[in-house]
Amino acid sequence: MSRDKTNQKSIRSMIQENKSSRSQSAVMEKVVPKIFLICAIISIFTTLGIVFTLLTETFTFFNRVSIVEFFTNTRWFPFTADKNADYGILALVMGTLTVTAIAMVVAIPVGLAAAIYLSEYASAKTRKLIKPILEVLAGIPTIVYGFFALTFVTPLLDSIIPGGISIFNALSPGIVVGIMIIPMIASLSEDAMNAVPNSMREGAMALGATRFEVAMKVVLPAALSGVMASFVLGISRAIGETMIVTIAGGSRPTADINVTESIQTMTAYIVQVSQGDTGYGTTIYYSIYAVGMTLFVFTLIMNLLAQFISRKFREEY
Amino acid sequence: MSLINKESVKKRMGSRVAANGFAKFLFILATSFSLIVLGVLIYRILVDGLPYLSLDFITNFASRMPERAGIWAALLGTIWIMAVTAPVSFILGVGTAIYLEEYAKKNAFTKFVQVNIANLAGVPSIVFGLLGLTIFVRLAGLGSSVLAGGLTMSLLILPVIVVASQEAIRTVPKEIREASFGMGATKWQTIRRIVFPAALPGILTGTILALSRAVGETAPLLVLGALAYVAFVPENLFSQFTVLPIQLYNWTSRPQEDFHMLAASGIIILMIILLIMNSIAVYIRNKFHKRF
Amino acid sequence: MDITINKQLVQKDIKKEEQFTPVFKINNLNLWYGQDHALKDIKFDIPEKQVTAIIGPSGCGKSTFIKTLNRMVEMIPIVRMSGEIVYREKNIFDPKYGVEELRTQVGMVFQKPNPFPKSIYDNVAYGPRIHGIKNKKVLDEVVEKSLRGAAIWDEVKDRLNENAYGLSGGQQQRLCIARCLAIEPDVILMDEPTSALDPISTLKVEELVQELKKDYSIVIVTHNMQQAARISDRTAFFLNGEVVEYTDTSTLFSNPSDKRTEDYITGRFG
Repeated sequence: MSRDKTNQKSIRSMIQENKSSRSQSAVMEKVVPKIFLICAIISIFTTLGIVFTLLTETFTFFNRVSIVEFFTNTRWFPFTADKNADYGILALVMGTLTVTAIAMVVAIPVGLAAAIYLSEYASAKTRKLIKPILEVLAGIPTIVYGFFALTFVTPLLDSIIPGGISIFNALSPGIVVGIMIIPMIASLSEDAMNAVPNSMREGAMALGATRFEVAMKVVLPAALSGVMASFVLGISRAIGETMIVTIAGGSRPTADINVTESIQTMTAYIVQVSQGDTGYGTTIYYSIYAVGMTLFVFTLIMNLLAQFISRKFREEY
Repeated sequence: MSLINKESVKKRMGSRVAANGFAKFLFILATSFSLIVLGVLIYRILVDGLPYLSLDFITNFASRMPERAGIWAALLGTIWIMAVTAPVSFILGVGTAIYLEEYAKKNAFTKFVQVNIANLAGVPSIVFGLLGLTIFVRLAGLGSSVLAGGLTMSLLILPVIVVASQEAIRTVPKEIREASFGMGATKWQTIRRIVFPAALPGILTGTILALSRAVGETAPLLVLGALAYVAFVPENLFSQFTVLPIQLYNWTSRPQEDFHMLAASGIIILMIILLIMNSIAVYIRNKFHKRF
Repeated sequence: MDITINKQLVQKDIKKEEQFTPVFKINNLNLWYGQDHALKDIKFDIPEKQVTAIIGPSGCGKSTFIKTLNRMVEMIPIVRMSGEIVYREKNIFDPKYGVEELRTQVGMVFQKPNPFPKSIYDNVAYGPRIHGIKNKKVLDEVVEKSLRGAAIWDEVKDRLNENAYGLSGGQQQRLCIARCLAIEPDVILMDEPTSALDPISTLKVEELVQELKKDYSIVIVTHNMQQAARISDRTAFFLNGEVVEYTDTSTLFSNPSDKRTEDYITGRFG
């Protein structure tokens, strides 16, 4: 007991003695949050960097090419002698929108149906089996999808479609972009439907509604904002998708769309220029920033729209 | 007289049940569609890729002759890029998350940072390539180097790591923070010794998943000017480089069938790497799942 | 007549208070959660090396009060306070008095057992370590002594490196007490430490509290009046943020001077 007592004294006094090192730790207490604040500010600088980069280089581009031509010309032919070059963004935008539209035709019905199945029909066991597979599908690199589009989907379409299809076309990458987006729409929509309380389902079921009626008339309307937001985010992903369209879409910008023919998207154009030997400072070099800016604005609008939808129409149960 | 005609309800019931059955069939079909596609994709890649797959394929450099081509330079390039991206994105991402969850006051600035991170996550990866090209390659004068590529990739996956880390930190219960403060620990001591270790499994899972996304990314590095044909391995941070997906892109975009098969072989290697990374992430997630 | 009796009681109280050395002197403590006036003009002294129980119905401010003693209450952002709490001749609200230093002296055991997700050893060694003690031999000694002090050594001595989450609720709470003892505090605050425990674990903790008061001053919040009667030397009865009555435990339970105290201890409300 007496040994204990002396020991007790010593611990307390040892802690007291260590007070001197407190000043050191007091400095840490002040410095550490500042370091973390800097980390947080870097994310803001990233956004600022993107906006600044795109704006300044786009500005240089518009010093050489009229902004009116950029928005009104329907031809995009930069790789000719400077005075013959055409810079009409519409040709690239049409390419992008075509692929996006095809992708959504695939992704929305399939993704939504999968979401309804998983949330309303599937047993817990089935869900546990299917969700990881969807995760795998979502984790496959786009280069792999691109390979798949070019070496499998395009030949397949060529044999199905009467009259055949070009080796580079809008349809094949469009379908594959859609396949890539299915897991995203399925999982976000399923989250929204899962958030609908069971009491609402039970209420309808007790009146004798079938599962299908419950899904369509109760769950889907209640989860509509989340489902719509998932569609918009899917569109945003499709617009920004690069490798699939670069590999399988071709490099023929045109505003005159034929889905079985070669097209070029905004993203594919940026890759094409980066892969070529275009020198720094040429008009073509600056054009990728103008295209990048257009792309950025498109996706930003979609992302803000998705946020707006899910905030404005937030379900209140 | 009854308002509801029981007979007609009964009659309609049959068609409603049939509609339900048909809809269920369609939903299952749609769900299986994804699974079938995945199956076909894997099957095709294995059929195309297995013939060229060998140890030589891994240790050879790229070549104009398909039978002698390999992925050594690309594989090491990917490892070099990850060696930059992993620490940079981890430190920045976790630092931001700790700031937002532990230090930030609930004010306009904090909200702005949070909204900004959400929006950054939605920016197409190719735009990050343009950012890297201007800032790192040109302004900072790094050239198309491993360092420029790694830093660009870090910024690309930063939002994913921040969000995952924030979620992990939020699962650490208030009670054990209180216990630490109650013993006279300072805020930083509590974060470093209690909150961070407790949140680490979640943070690691999120980071590994984010890095696996970076391993498969092609577009930003293409824009940065990463080389498509490389017959050397990077020697330091300022070396030029290629990565696995770019090598695969190069092979895929050639017309010859043989190169497509090489691409498929490379895809097998890439998918194995991703599978390993994802398995580690899932293992960590399951092992430490729901401790609180 | 009534008045004289009250006066006598008050005098008796004063006499008693003269007998002990106060470890805490609370003067006109007021506390608000936003607009809600949660503690009103609290004024009493807490004795050294005794067990002081705080009782009262839920929402009476007893938990809030105990958390002011080590300033844990400040973790809630909307809290405002006035008045003073003097701990060993120092006002704890003095800006020069570091909150970490206060909490090193005034330890706390919480309502729900809250061990860290670490090994049993690391849980107990946490306090000494954050206060700069790194010597392995010293830490080993402290861990053993604290676990013995919390009457849990025999149950865990063979699995010190196992995770604390593997222990039962009662063991976890005694581990939390051991963790608190490891930095040799002067005062131990206990906020309903047995409310999440089964009767047998509760008994063990109560016995432990009796043991600990030889070396420590203990303030314990409890919703259980029998517990207060069993283990405490002095009891304060809180109602609606006020101290209705504060005296030695036997007097409070056998001969309460306030009608409201009597109503509460006889079970008419609360």
